[in-house]
Amino acid sequence: MRLRQEYEKAEYKNIWVVAEILSGKVQPVTHELIGAARPLADQRNSQVWVVLMGSGVTSQAGSLFTFGADKVIIVDDERLSGFVDELESKVLVRLIEKYKPETVICGATTRGRALIPRVAVMTNCGLTADCTGLGIDPENGDLLQTRPAFGGNIMATIRCPSHRPQMSTVRPRVMKAPEPDLNRTGETIQEAVEDSDTAKIKRIIEIFHSDETVVNLADARIIISGGRGMKGPAGFDMLRKLAAKVGGAVGASRAAVDAGWIPYAHQVGQTGQTVQTKVYIACAISGQIQHLVGMQSCDLIIAIDKNPDTPMMQMADIAVQGDVFEIVPEIIAQIPKL
Amino acid sequence: MRIVVCVKQVPATNDARIDPETKRIVREGVKAILNPFDTYAVEEAVLLRNRFGGEVIVISMGPEKALASLREAISVGADRAILLSNRAFGGSDTWATSYVLARAIQKIGQVDLVICGKQAVDGDTAQVGPGIAAHLDWLQATNVNHVEDVTDRDMKVTRMHEDGYDVCELAFPAVLTVVKGINIPRVPTLRGRLASLKSEIPVWGPADIGTDIDKIGLEGSPTRVVKTEPPKPRSTATKKISGAAVDCAIELVRELRLRSIL
Repeated sequence: MRLRQEYEKAEYKNIWVVAEILSGKVQPVTHELIGAARPLADQRNSQVWVVLMGSGVTSQAGSLFTFGADKVIIVDDERLSGFVDELESKVLVRLIEKYKPETVICGATTRGRALIPRVAVMTNCGLTADCTGLGIDPENGDLLQTRPAFGGNIMATIRCPSHRPQMSTVRPRVMKAPEPDLNRTGETIQEAVEDSDTAKIKRIIEIFHSDETVVNLADARIIISGGRGMKGPAGFDMLRKLAAKVGGAVGASRAAVDAGWIPYAHQVGQTGQTVQTKVYIACAISGQIQHLVGMQSCDLIIAIDKNPDTPMMQMADIAVQGDVFEIVPEIIAQIPKL
Repeated sequence: MRIVVCVKQVPATNDARIDPETKRIVREGVKAILNPFDTYAVEEAVLLRNRFGGEVIVISMGPEKALASLREAISVGADRAILLSNRAFGGSDTWATSYVLARAIQKIGQVDLVICGKQAVDGDTAQVGPGIAAHLDWLQATNVNHVEDVTDRDMKVTRMHEDGYDVCELAFPAVLTVVKGINIPRVPTLRGRLASLKSEIPVWGPADIGTDIDKIGLEGSPTRVVKTEPPKPRSTATKKISGAAVDCAIELVRELRLRSIL
């Protein structure tokens, strides 16, 4: 809502986290966001509420309290089993109008980045995408939202001075999930899907998930990525072994994807995914700018390449010069059994 | 089938270089291109029109130089284009931008399908596509990598998710955002280029599409950019490891352990 007067802000209270559900399970980004919301809510003398929308999700509410939630709004309905943008947005808009949160945050996941822009328009609210930092202006309660733009080349701080609630999507793996406090509990509120919510919605026909299609790069701690120098699909088999050993995910450059060695879902870079993991290991990736914009915000960048002069080897924190086909198997052998 | 494709002109990353001090990319003074994801949106619209008939209309909100991106879309098969350009649109955030585009789509009228690229590579928000759908109260599907079973009432689309994909039935009118992999964009032919140069591209302002003045531009934008700054520079020092493969591996694993990663 657009506010006419500053005092109207007082009608809006509490920080909401919209829980991220994949395959019926609450995802770690939800815990990270509860952790991020907790100090902000404390600063505003308000509470952290989690909106748990899905099918068969009620039993997962308890764990949300252990991460720091005060209240959980549960909307458990089998019609919410897949991701139906139009339905979830109508439910969320109704809840927002009823309870008037001051702030709504959601993971910058595929679902969050489809759902929240729709909700922001429907409620006439400002939304900042893909934030990596959140703070509060003590003067007026405005959320100070920091986000990278231009592939991480500019950090912009954005606020929403005259609309409430203020909304952000937040990148997975950027905020730290708190240690759960198993003694902590809270209150649940039951809400329902109304029949009118199901007018004008898409129909999900089939949902596929298998180990083959799961490439959750955004949620990975370590990404092992391969480029043109991997020479073929067999090279990626080797990277998968390393990824399995360190609990990481496999990424790829556009060159490797376009060569058909690995599916597009693995592509990192401008026309693929932007990732911000703890560790990024670039194997035989020369580092064209379109690739670098997709991974330059990772904490630790390691490059392995024969050629020491590539842009990737120059920008890396650790540059290992040598044949990736000799070095990677040695790394696999060196890593202790975990 | 009448399809509107929304495109954006963005700075070309190809021209960018890395600043040796900060190890970040410098994009000042680079030339402008059609947003890479939008090339897939244009191609998908052209493929659908070629199969089912109808019309592909490309629209963009931006300065006059964005005409070049609209011409590029015509050169690969779009039928016509409209530029939404006016001082009053300046400063629009994603809310106001999606409002202006939605008003233009309503003005065009009889539109079955809107196709956008997944996101623009400068702002990286991915908010305008769903925003348009919300302003129009239409169905939406984001991250679409396949379209099939198109009828005059609906279509099936495949959406990519973190844990796989799904197939949904989407009734028209609807908004899609598409990813790379949905098609292989064609390169313009000489004839296409000539057609694009000859095409008359009207420029629409607020009065042409009937926008509320308090919903466009900076005034109509709920968000405000408070400050922009360069990101923290990366450590400029690169630790170099070379030698026998086994020694490299031992050294690297030690480095990872020092950082508590392994």
